[in-house]
Amino acid sequence: MQENNSIGIVAPQTAHFNETFELKSGETLPQFDLVFETYGTLNADKSNAVLICHALSGHHHVAGKHHEGDKYPGWWDNLIGPGKPLDTNRFFVIGLNNLGGCHGSSGPSSINPITNKPWGSAFPIVTVEDWVNSQAHLLNHLGITQLAAVIGGSLGGMQALQWTIAYPERVRHALVIASAPNLTAQNMAFNEVARQAIITDPEFHGGDYYEHGVVPRRGLRIARMLGHITYLSDDAMGEKFGRKLKDTIKYSFDVEFEMESYLRYQGDKFAGEFDANTYLRMTRALDYYDPALQYNGDLSKALSKAKAKFLVLSFTSDWRFSPARSREIVKALLDNESTVSYAEVTAAHGHDAFLMPDKHYHAILRSYLGNIELSNIEIGGEHA
Amino acid sequence: MHDNVKITNKMAKFRQDFAIIANWVKFNSKVLDLGCGDGELLEFLRDSLEVKGYGVEKDDANVLACVKNRINVIQMDLEDGLSGFENQSFDTVVLSQTLQAMHNTEGIVLEMLRVGAEVIVTFPNFGYWRNRMQITAGRMPVSKALPYQWYDTPNVHLCTINDFDVFCKNHKIEILERRVITDGQEVSFLPNLLGSLAMYRLRTK
Repeated sequence: MQENNSIGIVAPQTAHFNETFELKSGETLPQFDLVFETYGTLNADKSNAVLICHALSGHHHVAGKHHEGDKYPGWWDNLIGPGKPLDTNRFFVIGLNNLGGCHGSSGPSSINPITNKPWGSAFPIVTVEDWVNSQAHLLNHLGITQLAAVIGGSLGGMQALQWTIAYPERVRHALVIASAPNLTAQNMAFNEVARQAIITDPEFHGGDYYEHGVVPRRGLRIARMLGHITYLSDDAMGEKFGRKLKDTIKYSFDVEFEMESYLRYQGDKFAGEFDANTYLRMTRALDYYDPALQYNGDLSKALSKAKAKFLVLSFTSDWRFSPARSREIVKALLDNESTVSYAEVTAAHGHDAFLMPDKHYHAILRSYLGNIELSNIEIGGEHA
Repeated sequence: MHDNVKITNKMAKFRQDFAIIANWVKFNSKVLDLGCGDGELLEFLRDSLEVKGYGVEKDDANVLACVKNRINVIQMDLEDGLSGFENQSFDTVVLSQTLQAMHNTEGIVLEMLRVGAEVIVTFPNFGYWRNRMQITAGRMPVSKALPYQWYDTPNVHLCTINDFDVFCKNHKIEILERRVITDGQEVSFLPNLLGSLAMYRLRTK
């Protein structure tokens, strides 16, 4: 059934922005590219656009396949397609690769047009705020003034939240999933270990490894292995691997337990396809996001300008972005009398649950998205 | 949504206590419904009184139903209190026929009074004569209002109208209004004996 409801073969596009782009850090990009994909058809009054914001390692290829025989579909294919919870018969869905990414948008591994060499360490640090501003450029490029919805999980949820703060009049609905209003010290600590693994890799070369013809594979691999531990719950790992051995105990440091095999596989796979400089920047964007900071930590004040209607979702076994953190967002929205619903989905998969096709989770998304009306509204006045 | 006929038809299926609750809720006010089920009461209050409503619900299926019905719903367990809600942030907080199933009964009533300017509590009156009859006959009461056997009931804190009056007195809770209903009819004579459903409008003294 999933297969039947696939959006089919899709192709990425590139939007080139030949203008100086100011970043939160104060640095600028002289120009930039954003790679994106779209699914479904933009309606006549352009009121059915839904933006998908990706998380740490995501990208623009959210649904469908790039060619027949493509082994894997896009990363949120179980959600998006004709007849799926985010129904492409109704919505025009946009996925993009964020600035600083490594899938075609301007980033450390892309060519700096001024030097004609990869940006490397010279590519600035980008933030959630910068991403949302660049996404607004992409909407302008597509002629879309208002999103029917912005949807994101984890770091993507932070972008969805930021959309409602930065562009309150441009978002009708925000779906903030398995996210947080900022990272806890423990959460940032995982990021720091991941970055240290990369930065201390002898082949990192201060971030300019491209010109040395090497990549800091070992560091990136360890960073990803660490990440995967935190994306799963103890129970999920127990259920998936337990103490299962591949063979028998050999009194060695080779792969003996199934869990080790999984982590090494995930680490190797990731290190072979992802850019270490991008990983550093994505984790930094996570660390820095804290919309309440300029309001003395008062998230309610930070969200006081938000006009969107909200659906906030969390997963019971997610300890990296725990339900308690989502409840902070809900509390702030309630303080502002925002229109908000919050569901705490019982799921065993930990943080990864937001990408899984859990029946109840998808039923909530389907119901919520199905209720979204397809007409742009003057946001700011009364809207029930 | 503003079609009167439709509202009337809809009202027919609403529980008998909804009409009284609607009389206690102000037009265009802000209401928190604890244990909101599928959002039926909030839907009724939204459509009839343009109330800005939020529901609290623990059950997955009910949360989904609320989302379907476009009712703001916050999934949480009332036993954990109302820490996600600010002091006096609602005009009215409703706990409709849920009090008797709460473990932390005292806590939730005090939490409601903290969060709401006014509180509406309704519960099945255990002192209703039909219940007393069944006890006299040596059995635990089973009725339309209390449709469970002793071994599978979620009701752990059943009380009578007199019990609740004493509770309010001891907790310095002001009873603004009390209505008692049996089979949709108001009961004023011997309410603790003849009333099956008790409805209270409360505030902090």
